[in-house]
Amino acid sequence: MPFILPFAELEVGQHLYWQLGNYKIHGQVFLSSWVVIGALLALVVVGTRKLERDPRGVQNLLEFLWDYIRELAREQIGEKAYRDWLPFIGTLFLFVFVSNWGGALIPWKLIHLPSGELGAPTADINTTVALALLVSLAYFYAGLSRKGLRYFEYYVEPTPIMVPFKIIEDFTKPLSLSFRLFGNILADELVVAVLAFLVPLIVPLPAMFLGLFTSAIQALIFATLAAYYIGEAVHEEHH
Amino acid sequence: MDSITSAASVLAAGLAVGLGAIGPGIGQGNAAGSAVEGIARQPEAEGKIRGTLLLSLAFMEALTIYGLVVALVLLFANPFAG
Repeated sequence: MPFILPFAELEVGQHLYWQLGNYKIHGQVFLSSWVVIGALLALVVVGTRKLERDPRGVQNLLEFLWDYIRELAREQIGEKAYRDWLPFIGTLFLFVFVSNWGGALIPWKLIHLPSGELGAPTADINTTVALALLVSLAYFYAGLSRKGLRYFEYYVEPTPIMVPFKIIEDFTKPLSLSFRLFGNILADELVVAVLAFLVPLIVPLPAMFLGLFTSAIQALIFATLAAYYIGEAVHEEHH
Repeated sequence: MDSITSAASVLAAGLAVGLGAIGPGIGQGNAAGSAVEGIARQPEAEGKIRGTLLLSLAFMEALTIYGLVVALVLLFANPFAG
């Protein structure tokens, strides 16, 4: 069903296909993710070039971010294990955050693609599912490496009746994690596009600000939940 | 896509979001009400309450978003379009 709006030109379900072996991949997602990754790398490299005792400018921003992410990780994972997982949580948070805001703030429309459109990489289900599966792998690895096979005690606590629910939980965790992020970001883009279609001036602005706010919250939630799942896996029961 | 399929899809998309919004709406109202109560009782805890409230609101919102995802699939990537 073609559904192309004249002003916002929202093209859900249309992609710039690249052929890679037997797979078709969504080229526009790769392009915008590379922009996001490049921006993050540039920020970090510039911020750590000349380290000073009194942080100023970019270094100050990076130290603030590091503090923020450390607090987040320490609160969820706990004092003992959070150092190992700080880089993972930080990368997830920054990538999701910059993707969400980049999708809204960078004027992608200036770049014309033969098909599909550039936008937030997280508005594509493949990106979010990949991130969520990474989180699943991470918490299994965290639990198994810290506790060995005792990790599976978690499945029979407090009673063995919980086993099926805990197994289902392992599947619903990545499902809800990916759908939440994907749905929220796509919904923000859709709301702005529909409002811009109805009234092209001023009226979409509040929806855009709400979109920026919810995308920031979604990045925070993604990182918090990832940290929480890892924390749950490494948590030691005190009997 | 024949007309009956598209009519059913559009109707179902509307229902998915509309019905999905009821529960989280009630839940978010309850949560926000309790948070206001908490702040009124203990104004110094406002920061902590606000943080927790925002996080839990986003969790509830996710439920409506699932409905929205179903609606979007029906509208833009309909598996029954055939």
